[in-house]
Amino acid sequence: MELLSKIATNDGHGENSSYFDGWKAYDSDPFHPTKNIHGVIQMGLAENQLCFDLIQEWVENNPKASICTPQGSNDFKDISNYQDYHGLPEFRNSVARFMEKVRGNKVKFNPDRIVMSGGATGAHETLAFCLADPGEAFLVPTPYYPGYDRDLRWRTSIQLLPVVCESSNEFKLTREALEDAYEKAQEANIKVKGLILNNPSNPLGTVLDRDTLRDAMSFISEKDIHLICDEIYSATVFNEPDFISIAEIAEEGAVCKNRDLIHIVYSLSKDLGFPGFRVGIIYSYNDAVVNCARKMSSFGLVSTQTQHLIASMLSDDTFVEKFLDESAKRLAERQGLFSRGLAKVGIESLKGNAGLFCWMDLRRLLKEPTFEAEMELWHLIISEVKLNISPGASFHCLEPGWFRVCFANMDDETLRIALKRIHKFVIQEKGLDQPTTRKQCKRSKLELSLSFRRLDEFMMTPRTLSSPHSMTSPLVRART
Amino acid sequence: MAIEIEKPAVGLSKVAVSDTHGEYSPYFAGWKAYDENPYDELWNSSGVIQMGLAENQVSFDLLEQYLEKHSEATNWGNRTSGFRDNALFQDYHGLQSFRKAMASFMEQIRGGRAKFNPDRIVITAGATAANELLTFILADPGDALLIPTPYYPGFDRDLRWRTGVKIVPVHCDSSNNFEITPQALDAAYNEAESHNIKVKGVLITNPSNPLGATIKRSTLEEILEFVTRKNIHLVSDEIYSGSTFSGEEFVSVAEVLEARDYKESDRVHIVYSLSKDLGLPGFRVGTIYSYNDKVVTTARRMSSFTLISSQTQQLLASMLSDRTFTENYIKTNRERLKKRHQMIIDGLKNSGIECLKGNAGLFCWMNLSPLLEEPTKESELTLWKSMLHEVKLNISPGSSCHCSDPGWFRVCFANMSEQTLQVALTRIHNFMDRRKAMKSSPDFSSY
Repeated sequence: MELLSKIATNDGHGENSSYFDGWKAYDSDPFHPTKNIHGVIQMGLAENQLCFDLIQEWVENNPKASICTPQGSNDFKDISNYQDYHGLPEFRNSVARFMEKVRGNKVKFNPDRIVMSGGATGAHETLAFCLADPGEAFLVPTPYYPGYDRDLRWRTSIQLLPVVCESSNEFKLTREALEDAYEKAQEANIKVKGLILNNPSNPLGTVLDRDTLRDAMSFISEKDIHLICDEIYSATVFNEPDFISIAEIAEEGAVCKNRDLIHIVYSLSKDLGFPGFRVGIIYSYNDAVVNCARKMSSFGLVSTQTQHLIASMLSDDTFVEKFLDESAKRLAERQGLFSRGLAKVGIESLKGNAGLFCWMDLRRLLKEPTFEAEMELWHLIISEVKLNISPGASFHCLEPGWFRVCFANMDDETLRIALKRIHKFVIQEKGLDQPTTRKQCKRSKLELSLSFRRLDEFMMTPRTLSSPHSMTSPLVRART
Repeated sequence: MAIEIEKPAVGLSKVAVSDTHGEYSPYFAGWKAYDENPYDELWNSSGVIQMGLAENQVSFDLLEQYLEKHSEATNWGNRTSGFRDNALFQDYHGLQSFRKAMASFMEQIRGGRAKFNPDRIVITAGATAANELLTFILADPGDALLIPTPYYPGFDRDLRWRTGVKIVPVHCDSSNNFEITPQALDAAYNEAESHNIKVKGVLITNPSNPLGATIKRSTLEEILEFVTRKNIHLVSDEIYSGSTFSGEEFVSVAEVLEARDYKESDRVHIVYSLSKDLGLPGFRVGTIYSYNDKVVTTARRMSSFTLISSQTQQLLASMLSDRTFTENYIKTNRERLKKRHQMIIDGLKNSGIECLKGNAGLFCWMNLSPLLEEPTKESELTLWKSMLHEVKLNISPGSSCHCSDPGWFRVCFANMSEQTLQVALTRIHNFMDRRKAMKSSPDFSSY
């Protein structure tokens, strides 16, 4: 067989992580309320399925939005022919307005700064191509979305360096941690080109407060590096405190000295629940980046059929307001139901107010405070409790025992079944095992960095690749 | 044409500040002139006619008719969960119904002479993405792909910009109708080697853009022999396969492989898209078909950066699995393109202009070398500017396609109405008349 490129043969695609065992288990035995009531429940997929009834209703009432209906077919020719990488003006306008609404109209977005991409996946990669050369690095607070490892590094050859956040202060991002990460990079002779923030955070389900945002802003200004703010969950905030976008801080002249360094990544996959439509957005305050990213968007434009539909939907103000309201309500209810259910058996999660998941604390259930024990617990949960949840290690969490559990990708009944299974498991575990005194982990910085490296090696244990013809390959759907 | 050096923007990557995005090429400068003064039959009859855009607008009515008759099929199947399931579907394998429909459509285009397995189809947002993706997979930065000239100007960006891969041209010229010869392939390979550049594959476009002609079976076999001998890859961009004027004249590399029982097929990959054949460039529908398992798996993973909207997959799955529709479309589209092609060839001939004998595509390869003051690229560009600013036609100069023979131009004919094409032909006729008159006048000064 002919040689393929290094990129093709390395595992930058990220699928060799043991993280995917959960997916395999789900794919080979998926839960179904009637046909397979003992199957694995998928709680590893951050999808928002709570408001499809509202969308369905809108689509049925607006046949013109689909260019494939008799009402909309007049537009078919022009829409299907339009391949300008600027994107349909009405699409950009409606997305800008939507982003403003989500931020309570506290900021304004210029539609001419909106650039399309193949989902947020494409947006991240494009920004990495624009802002950094191979070998250079972005800082990213841990724990973070595993997809970043592939999206930002695979074809770009840039590096991701962790900014450590700890449970001792609820995983808040500190200036100290930022400086620390930067310093480590300097010592290792790695050029840092930017900082990535995910706000609201996946997997934490929390929002960044104003002080932290200002701190981050002053940090990047001082170091003259870029700030990429992934706000893909911005409309999933369902409780106080309010969401504060980096766009607000960018307008604070005292704090933000150079708007040329600020870039926002957005998408409709989480807020609206449309991951299949591949609507990714880059919003940059930097003209050169807008121009470059726009040229690169040729590699991942949004289908004009979809642009047209989205433009119609998002310019319906009445619908959008109703949707945002209702979505927040339903997410609050769902999260409340789930976290109360967990609390009943003494399981705590990080106090979250956003996102489609809970950051669950299962440290008590670990045999010992190690990642090996976390993996063991996780395998147990998959095989016996039959829940696919995501282990903290896959999010590069530096402390073992945390798990991300998604709650918005299923109906109420399935969620109740999942809770029942968790209850049963915890009660059993309590009976079987008396956890030894939890060692207080007060590690030195050096130990943390060593454990991160060990974790990396641990996570990269090769697994058998499935053949391209196998439909039960671990990556049937989104990875997270 | 001088390349402008951009002052490096603070804090951007080398890729970002390079001009490998290619937009300074005359190929795109003509577009600008068009954008500033676009022809309109009613409102701007003296505007610039766009003949530099290879779009297929001759068969839209067929698509519209289909949609009128099948709104339920296209409107998320009319099931309550239809919209939801579709909106959630982000599996990078792509909808199975879509892949099956594409495979079947590709088979029909090839008259059933090749079979396609839906599980080898990888989806990408357009052929632009497909070509870049394959390049990432087949070559490392600094490696090269051999590409016969003249070639589609977009390749300079698509294959090189973010990948860091080089293009080494395989020179083809008018002496033998720009056919690809083993000697030219060898010469290009050796040229690369002499500069210590590793060649990883050959990329052909069949039918060819800008030549508007299919590649002969014997040539395909020679190319396959060459890549096998050198142990490199072959990418066949067959994006115009449904735009051949007659079904029989197009031979796909897939047919050649099938005829030899798929020996050495591990190194062959086909790129396809619906932008040209179906005239749907806005929908971003591209595919990679590879006979190599590892390439399929890897390409599929990479397609995460550039998937086709599930909404669009759904629509096309319905449309392309309707055999009544597809058979009629393929046949009618071919007939109309053939007729349009004949119209432009005849019109040009009447003006004393010859074109390369073409049998496919949305354009013809026009020979204006007799009009050049000198057989140089500069002369060609001077002539091109006259065509643009005086004749008000945006056509694509051969040099932007890396053609080694100056004086050839690509002229698109399927992206306008017949009336507009007639206007364009009249303008060319008048232009040629003026030139003849000037030549015979005593104070002749050449263009």
